[in-house]
Parts: sequence; C-alpha cells; structure tokens
Amino acid sequence: MIREGVINWAILLGLVALPLWAVFADEIFTITLTTRVVILALAAVGLNIALGIGGMVSFGHAAFFGLGGYAMGILAYHAQTYAALDFGIVEIEGTKSMPVIWLVATAISALAAWLIGLLSLRTTGVYFIMITLAFGQMFYYFAISWGAYGGEDGLSIYVRNGFPGLNTLVPIQFFGLCFVALCVALILQWRLRGSSFGLTLNAARQTPERVETVGLNPMKLKLLAFVISGAITGLAGALFADLNRFVSPAMFSWQLSGELIILIIIGGVGRLMGPVIGAMIFVALEHWLGGLTDFWHVYLGAILLFIVLFSRGGVIGFLTGKEGPHV
Amino acid sequence: MASKTRLGCQNREKTMKNVLLATAAAAVMAAPALADIKVGMITTLSGGGAGLGVDVRDGFMLAIQQSGRDDIEVVIEDDQRKPDIAVQLADKMVQSEKVDVLTGIIWSNLAMAVVPSVTAQGKFYLSPNAGPSPLAGKGCHENYFNVAWQNDNLHEAAGSYANTAGYSNSFIMAPNYPAGTDALTGYKRMFEGEVANEVYTKLGQTDYAAEIAQIRASGADSVYFFLPGGMGISFLKQYAGSGVDLPVVGPAFSFDQGILQAVGDAALGVVNTSQWNKDIDNPTNAAFVESFQAAYGRLPSLYASQGFDTANLLISAVEAADVSDAGAFRDALRAADFDSTRGDFAFGSNHHPVQTIYAREVIKEGDVFTNKIIGKALENHSDAYAGECKM
Amino acid sequence: MLTLLIIEQVLNGLQFGVMLFLMAAGLTLIFGVMGLINLAHGSLYMVGAFAAAWVAGATGSFLLALIAALAAAAAAGALVEVLVIRRLYKAAHLDQVLATFALILIFSEGTRWIFGSFPLFLDVPSYLSGPITLPGGIAYPLYRLVLIGIGIAVALGLWWLTARTRLGIQIRAGENDREMIAALGVDISRLYTLVFALGAALAGLAGALVGAIQSVQVGMGEPVLILAFVVIVIGGIGSIRGAFVGAMLVGLTDTLGGVFLPELFKLFMESGAATQTGSSLASMSVYILMSIVLIWRPSGLFGVRA
Repeated sequence: MIREGVINWAILLGLVALPLWAVFADEIFTITLTTRVVILALAAVGLNIALGIGGMVSFGHAAFFGLGGYAMGILAYHAQTYAALDFGIVEIEGTKSMPVIWLVATAISALAAWLIGLLSLRTTGVYFIMITLAFGQMFYYFAISWGAYGGEDGLSIYVRNGFPGLNTLVPIQFFGLCFVALCVALILQWRLRGSSFGLTLNAARQTPERVETVGLNPMKLKLLAFVISGAITGLAGALFADLNRFVSPAMFSWQLSGELIILIIIGGVGRLMGPVIGAMIFVALEHWLGGLTDFWHVYLGAILLFIVLFSRGGVIGFLTGKEGPHV
Repeated sequence: MASKTRLGCQNREKTMKNVLLATAAAAVMAAPALADIKVGMITTLSGGGAGLGVDVRDGFMLAIQQSGRDDIEVVIEDDQRKPDIAVQLADKMVQSEKVDVLTGIIWSNLAMAVVPSVTAQGKFYLSPNAGPSPLAGKGCHENYFNVAWQNDNLHEAAGSYANTAGYSNSFIMAPNYPAGTDALTGYKRMFEGEVANEVYTKLGQTDYAAEIAQIRASGADSVYFFLPGGMGISFLKQYAGSGVDLPVVGPAFSFDQGILQAVGDAALGVVNTSQWNKDIDNPTNAAFVESFQAAYGRLPSLYASQGFDTANLLISAVEAADVSDAGAFRDALRAADFDSTRGDFAFGSNHHPVQTIYAREVIKEGDVFTNKIIGKALENHSDAYAGECKM
Repeated sequence: MLTLLIIEQVLNGLQFGVMLFLMAAGLTLIFGVMGLINLAHGSLYMVGAFAAAWVAGATGSFLLALIAALAAAAAAGALVEVLVIRRLYKAAHLDQVLATFALILIFSEGTRWIFGSFPLFLDVPSYLSGPITLPGGIAYPLYRLVLIGIGIAVALGLWWLTARTRLGIQIRAGENDREMIAALGVDISRLYTLVFALGAALAGLAGALVGAIQSVQVGMGEPVLILAFVVIVIGGIGSIRGAFVGAMLVGLTDTLGGVFLPELFKLFMESGAATQTGSSLASMSVYILMSIVLIWRPSGLFGVRA
C-alpha cells in the first residue's frame, strides 16, 4: 500500500504537469478542463472542512457557490454597463478586478454561512442535511425569479475579469491563479486539521458532551468551521463564474450540492486531497464517457456504484488501504 | 443510401463521420470540395428535455446526409440542459475541435451563455431553436443567425389569432422565468382585448389544479398559456378533466409532434401557433416530411424542421463561399438562398427570420395526433427588437 | 365566490398532500427501519408511472395498469435491495447518498434507453374523468377526489399494518432494536426486503396515479423526491403519522401559497410586480415552512431521534 503523503504530492504534481504539457502541445481545452477540476476541487475543499472535519453534511453548499458566482456576476455586470449598484442609501460602482470580487464573494458567502449555520446547527444528522438543502433551494428559486439579473437565463460577462499584473484571458495564467487559490485552501485545511481548533472540532463531532465538559462550546466551533467552509466554497463560485464568464441559477441547484458531496466521497471523506482527486475523476469521467454514448449516465452510475460498494474510504482509502472516518 | 437505422440510434462523433463517408461513397459524387468546414453542435441529448435536441439533431443530420457532401464534418455534444456544461462544450468546440460554425442549442438560457462569447471569438452561430430578445436587439451580432424565430414571435401570433377569433378577455399564464415573461409580453403586444388575470407558475410545476380553479373563477372568455414540454402535457390533461371549457390557445411548443401523443385526446381541437407544419404546401416540405419519416420512423416536429432548415442554410452558404473568407460566408448566409420547409425564407436586418406564422389545430389522423393549418396568424412578421439592433 | 375558490384550493392542496404522502410513507418507513437514505425513491415513482403507461397502452385497462405499477415498482425495489442496498445498511449515510444517487442515474437513463426520449401517454379512465358537482355547487374533477380517497385509504391501511399486524410489530421492533428481533428468530434480511418492496410499491402507485394527470417522462421523480424528503423531515423521520401531517402541511402550503400570495401582494403593490414577487415567494414557501419547523423542533413534529 502507498503512503497518503506520496499520493498527495503525486496528485498535485499531476495537476500542474497536465496543463503545462497542454501549453506545449497547444491543447488549450485541456487547460480549461484542468482549471475546472481545480475550481470544483476548491469548492469541495470548502465543503470538506464542514463535512470531513466537522461532520456537518451540508446538502446546501450550492448556496455559497452560487453567492460567490453572483457576487462576481453582479459586480462585473455593473462595471460592464457603467451603472452603479443602487442600495438606496449608498451607491457602489461595479468592478472588473478579481481581488475585489474575491473579497466580496468570500465575505458575502461567509455572512450567509453564519446565518444558515446559526439556524441549521440546532439540528443534527439527516435533519441537518435537509435544512441546509432547504436554504439552498430558497436561494435557487429566488435567483430564478430575480429578473433584474437575468433570472433563469443567467448573466453573461463577456470579458474575463482582470488581476493586477496578469493577463487572465490567457488560459494558463488563469489556471495558475486558481491553482494558487486551491493550494492556499489546502494548506488552510491541513493546518486546521492539525490545530487545536481542528482537534476539538473532531472531538466535538464524535462526542460533543466531552468537549462541553472541558468548558468549550461545540456549537461555536462548528459554526466557525461552517463559516470558513462556506467562504471557501463562495470563492470557488466566483472563480467558476469567471471560468465560464457566466452565472446562472444552476449554480444554486441541489444537484450541484450533491455533486460537491460526491466529489468528496469519490476521493475519500476527510482526506486532505480527497476533494482534488474526486474532482479529477469526476471531470474526466464526464468528459470521456460523454463522448462514447448518449446514455453515458448509465455508465457513470455504474462506476459510482462500484466505488461505493468496493472501495470504502474513496479512492485514497483504496490506495492507502485505510478506511476514512465515518460520517 | 447509408443505413437508415444507424442515423436514428447512436450518431456520436465517430459514427457520424462514418455515416457521412458512407453517404458520400454511396452517392458516388465527384463534386470537388470547396473547402472543409467543421460544425460543432451543442444540444440536449440526455435527461428530460432530450426529445427536442434529438429532433433538431436528426433534422440537421438528415439534410447533411441528403446533400451528399463529404466536406462538412459535424461534431455533436450533449449539454445536459446545463448552462455551465454548454459553456464548457463551446470552449471545447472552439479551442480543441477548432470548429468554424456552431449550432444546436435548444434553450434560451444556454444560448445566452454561449452565443455572445463564441460570436465574439469570430465563429458563426446558427440558432435552430432559441431566440432570446437580447440577441435580436441590442446584443445582435453579425455572425449570429437565427433560423427558427425570435422568442416572442409565436406568442405575438397567438395574440393576433385571439383577436381574429373574437376573444376579448384572456386568462394568461406562463412559468416564472424570463422566457415566460417574454411570452406573456409577446401575447399582450398583439392582443387587443382585456387580460382577466396574469399568472406566473413555478418552473417545472406539474400540478395546475390551483391555476385551473383560478381560470374558472376569472370570468375570462379564453385561456392563453405558454408551458413548454412536460408542463404543458400536465396542464392540458388536467384542464381537460376539470370541466372548464374555455377555448385554449398556445404556442406550438406544447403541441409539437413529440409530445402530442402523450397529451392524447385532451389536446384535440386546440389552436396553436407555429411557423411550420407538415402540411405547408411546397415540394421541399413534402420531401422533408417523407424522408424524415422514412429515416427515423416517426413524424417530424417543428424542431426537426428547424434543424433541417438550419443545415440547408449552412449548405447553401458552403456552396457559395469559403468559410475562411468570413465576409463572403456571412453574405452567403444572409442571402439565405436555400429551399426552406417553410417556403420562402428571408432574414430581417437583425438576422432573424421574417416569416408567416400559422394557426394550427390539433387533429387525429388514424391513431396519430398531429396538427393541421387553419389559417395565417401573422404574415411577413419580423420582431419587436430589430430596431434596436445596430450591426 | 371567494369561499368556493378557497374550498376548491384546499381540496387541491389535500390531493397534492396525499400523493406526497404515498411517496413519503415509503421513504420514512425505509429510513425508520433500515436507517437508509434512499435518493432513488423518486426513480421507483418513475418506474411505476412508466409501467402503468406501458400496460395501459397495451391493454387499455387502467386497473391493470395500476397493478402493473405496483408490481413493477415492488419488483424493482426488491431487486435493488438485494443487489445493492443490502450492502449499505452498515455504511455511512454519505455512502448511501452516493450509491442511491448512482441508482438515479442508472434508472433515469436506462428508462430513456428502453422507452425513448419522448413522454409517454397515460390518461384517466373514462369512468373517472370529468368533474362532479359537490355540495355548494363546486365542480371538482372526480379523479382528484378518488386520489384523495385512495391516499386516505392507504394511510389507514398503513396505520393498521404497523399497529395491528405481526409484520407491523416486527417493523416497529426493527426500528428500536435490530439485534433483539434477530435474536428472537425474525429473518431480518427478509423483513428488510419486504419493507423496501412495500415502500417501493407505494412510490410506484403514486407515480401511476399522478402520471395519469401529469406528464410521464424521464426525470419526473426528482422534484417529487425532494418534496417527499421535506415532508418526512417536517413530520419527523420514521413516523408514518408525521409523514401524513407533513404531507398535508406541504401540500396545502404549496397550493394555497401559489394562489394567495400574489393576491396578497397586490393589496399593497403594483399588479405585475406583485405577481412576480408573490410567485417567487410562493416557490420558496415550502422550504421556508420546513426551516421554521426545524428551528422550532429540530427533530420534526413527531420525530423521536435524529
């Protein structure tokens, strides 16, 4: 069996090598596809902090993904049309600058995660899964009927937003930005897991009473983890919107929440690199199977089923021979 | 001829090339190719909305096959009706497949996500179905051609038909999303009577009991609804069983060949508006209906006719100009010098059709439900946005 | 006029509610007894509708179609339980979610493979079609009244089954202590297959009944599935009574909200904007209801454990 550390480095290396090769081979689409992997992985890393470390199975993370996307969409739309955002009291100019957009996206997602977490964390287990789903659905239906920003049609942003010193229209440069964001999130996840915060959180997941008796409030810990988790997924949403130069209510859909969970399960719940390898496999399957037959969903289903039934602990669990934590 | 069944079942990229080669070989045509042209088709082939995409694809491929040309290569991909997948596929078509022309998208929201970006990259886009208003007005583009209709067209025709039918008070209804709002706006633009009530339903709603009760209580003399696909099936079945007997008018989207069989008797006699029907009297249409039935074993829908027309428009342009000369190719497309299933075909200033829209009635031919033209609702009709288009 | 409209809408809400109950009852039983989150429940609903449409088309008999729906869904349920689900009882909830999600993909595209991409035809039989006049002069579709009747009959039947029969005792015991009833000599794996098939049959029945007045198409199960989950969570997972109350609440909220919220907003807003705002709030209303219930009672109305 292979050590998890070795696998982790191999995955990261592969993720960098592939687009670099693509630059030389002039396979631009491979870069786009890898960027998609990186962004979905980032969203799933966010979810993994709530789900893998905190044991909070959120079926509504699409809410944050979508909020991040719409933060980008709305700001860029106002910059594109030169019409300031009018809040009644203050007017805010739109912007095409990525750092500003990222800041807004993470802040808004964090705020939403705080509110949703505050209400949802009163429940546990399946009830938690369903209440987070409910919040996700509220955002979805709201976005669909919000005519000012395109409703179900969504919003197109014709030119990708800018980052100081880079030309984001060049696919490999945009990939680099997303990759750095993913690395930062991975380091955060890694540090979080090893920190006293992460350890207490893990303890709170297993036996909340024990944490309480030592004078800590498991509720507050969980809420903080949920906020960090939502913020990271929100950032991923903003990047995803920039990759497609488009946002739509589909970013809020329950299917997207489900897909994020699936990425994590494929890779291995609670594993550092689980979301990354999960995203790689999912995007690759989607891409290759889709080219084979009209009915490719049947094969995708069969493969997913195989993964659950025969490799507990996801792909990383399979490779290392160790099962992951049970959630 | 190349095998007929093969076209119907699994024409993915690889098979497609084979079929095309086989067709060309079978036809033994020695026509020297002007230049090779690559077409990317992004359409919906899986999930609940797949019926429309399958029809567009089948109609399109039938025309390509009949042309006997071996210099048109078609790459087909499934967008699963998801905008982000469609955008990603468009990137793939442009960056990896290096196509010259894109086509195929069914849904307005997907078209809005894909079209502006691909036309900005200098590619041509021929729309076989969706015609969102921004792309007809302020957001029009010289490389974007709509072969089907601007979204409001069929609804405007329905409003106009309601006037001639003598309705003076309509209950109007559509799902709560932009195409739904456009639909009701289109109807009201032409309808001269009163609107008894304007109701927005949930997108994907399957139960219309509540709306039917409102219709009963509204005192209207007619009902106009825009509920595409499964939503329309549900509404019509429930309406037929409700005992409310106000006349119903709708656009063709709830009465196309693919779903009429699923609605059954409930649709009989309903008037709907369409720019195409299988009984439009011209040789191209007669040949199309016959060959489509022969190739796929079912009657064509309006979506299939749109796919067929789109491919023939493309072929006419390929015959006239080289795609590498964008200006000449664009002029050839604009000339629209092809035999349309709709009879004469012409583009307006914003590259959307100027066409006649018919009122049709649902009838039963033997065991099969289908439509019959009963009159013209609008003649030589353009759209309300052409004036805003600065090309 | 307004009272009549309200009565009619309440009936509509009830009818929607009992159909949701048929879906939710199976889900809540399966969760209660086996602790399994079954996302593929919506697929069994679709299987029922397709089987009914196919048999009705071949034989012309609606009754045979309903029997076929029950049989096909129960058979599909039992098959899936034996082949896949059985291996998941001890697995984490997340693995169950992924596995049953995979089953949705297989069922949906498999159905499309067999029946094609176009919706199927299934109609209300002639002896149940058309409206009848209720006391007070309301013309109401007979078929919908029959649906309400069937739903209530199934609810009573389920109550009788769980409260009064030997199987019901085993089911309730299974919810509380698996090891104990196994030790008492009950064939637990047979019990599980039976419960799963029962839940599947109920979903199939709902699919066939609703399919007659809606569209029989691939993917028809997913929207209902999500609502059925909302129902069992509001009612408290594992509780049949809770599922019934939850289904009624959701059915009424959704129906009445859709009709009266836009009217409510018209009192203080311009008509077009009121319709828009009202409609969007109405589409969120069910989820708002669910979050309020859960914030008030974190284990649902009749839930005992999380």
